[in-house]
Amino acid sequence: MSIYWAVGTVLLLLAITAPTALAFGFGGAAAARSPIAPLRWFGKTYIAIVRGIPDIAFFLFFVIALDQAFEYLRHKFKCPDWDQPIRQGSDFVVCEAAKLPLGNAPQWLHETYGFFLAVLTFAIVFGAFAANVLFGAMRAVPRGQLETAEAYGMSQRQTFWRVLVPQMWVYALPGLSNLWMVLIKATPLLFLLGVEDIVYWARELGGSKTERFTDYPHGDWRMWYFLALLVFYLCFTKLSEVVLDRIMSRLTHGQATAAGEAQRKAAA
Amino acid sequence: MECWDTIAAYGLRSLGIGERLLPRADFTLCQQFTLIGSGMIWNVYFGVLALCSGFFLATAVAMGKAARNPWLRKPSEWFIFLFRGSPLFIQFFFAYFLFLSLKGAYPFFSPLTSAWAGALVVLILNTAAYSGEIFYGALQSIPKGDIEAADAYGLSGWSRFTRVIWPTMLRLAWPAYTNEAIFLFHATALVFFSGFPALQQKGDALYYANYFADKTFNPFVPYPILAGYFILLTLIVISIFGLINRRLNRHLPQDRRAKLRIRPAIIR
Repeated sequence: MSIYWAVGTVLLLLAITAPTALAFGFGGAAAARSPIAPLRWFGKTYIAIVRGIPDIAFFLFFVIALDQAFEYLRHKFKCPDWDQPIRQGSDFVVCEAAKLPLGNAPQWLHETYGFFLAVLTFAIVFGAFAANVLFGAMRAVPRGQLETAEAYGMSQRQTFWRVLVPQMWVYALPGLSNLWMVLIKATPLLFLLGVEDIVYWARELGGSKTERFTDYPHGDWRMWYFLALLVFYLCFTKLSEVVLDRIMSRLTHGQATAAGEAQRKAAA
Repeated sequence: MECWDTIAAYGLRSLGIGERLLPRADFTLCQQFTLIGSGMIWNVYFGVLALCSGFFLATAVAMGKAARNPWLRKPSEWFIFLFRGSPLFIQFFFAYFLFLSLKGAYPFFSPLTSAWAGALVVLILNTAAYSGEIFYGALQSIPKGDIEAADAYGLSGWSRFTRVIWPTMLRLAWPAYTNEAIFLFHATALVFFSGFPALQQKGDALYYANYFADKTFNPFVPYPILAGYFILLTLIVISIFGLINRRLNRHLPQDRRAKLRIRPAIIR
């Protein structure tokens, strides 16, 4: 039964993460274009930071780091008269009231909190990817369009919202659809973040109860469970491909790009 | 313990040479640097070998996908779809359990259940699929004139392939292929988190980084170290591929040479 819940978990993660990451990415890209220098530096660093480092390292890092950051903030806020250091050797000690979730909280709260951390981690990492895509898309909008907007006397903010943003999507979509594929394929990493997702259940259910050694004769169904997962993901990506193609052809409609031109010719 | 002693004791720890026990308490910066660096040996091993063997397979797959004969084309298309459409993480798991059950039936397969061979096979197949798609795209965009010129010179069959088609294909595909290589090195970090056991704690860089983060409960030291190593590795890969790119483009006039601009398209 739980494996069906786990599939739901994965879908829920995708449903929450995709818009959040897009929002993060939009913020990052807008910040990287900003005329204010510190904001621009922040945006560019955010985009640059995920390059060159495996994303799995980020996943492992952020889950602990975010957890500790939250607890640290709550600690500062709730127990100002705590005099011991927080890092004692290999331990991270905060006062009772600052524990997240509270020590006496029910089990589901712990799980929800873990899931929440995972979503946040995914959103931060994929937000940086999305920021990179959107930043490129914003630069791909023809310069003439922006100049026209300026000539009409629009302010910088108006130009951004009324001209740049509506036009950039067609340039961003190939990158974003690629990103969506990568996001789908990153979901099994949830397992590493301590969420009981489909990988976890495939291991649990498939494994025989008394396994001690790697070479038991039979009774190991994990191979089949993972085959099922493989097929599940294949169908999922195939489906997304089809849907994204549809969206793309709708978005290119009437745009001044090569594909848009081809569409016009085909119709005529 | 002096830092040199630490390096002598743990420098080749990931290969099983040196001190048996990992440090358990009082972790020094030097220990973390040494052990994580020692783990990088595995990342480089997987990356380099998979890249070199995957390259030839990828060429074959790309030729297969471009072939007119459906007996060649269909398998290549399915191969690419299978490995590009599913998460690498699941592929690792599935392969591991597949090898386990194969091992039960035929002892011949027993090396494949350990990471050095089994994960390598998965990585080779995976990178062959991704770069096969890249090469296929390049194959489609070879200028028609080049092939016509080859025909006019009386080249055909094998010599036309090795002298005209293959070099042009590589030249066109090289920027994208560089990206794929970078991703492959990042993907090597997944190996020891996906079923394949790290026997006697002989793991890769991420394995040790995770070990330290678990023990010290402080992610802010080992993960940045890991990130530093990976950035270094990425820079090395980029410079080597840049040299090859120079050589591939050496016949073109200086200003028309495609500069290998690493637009870190962070998306695979």
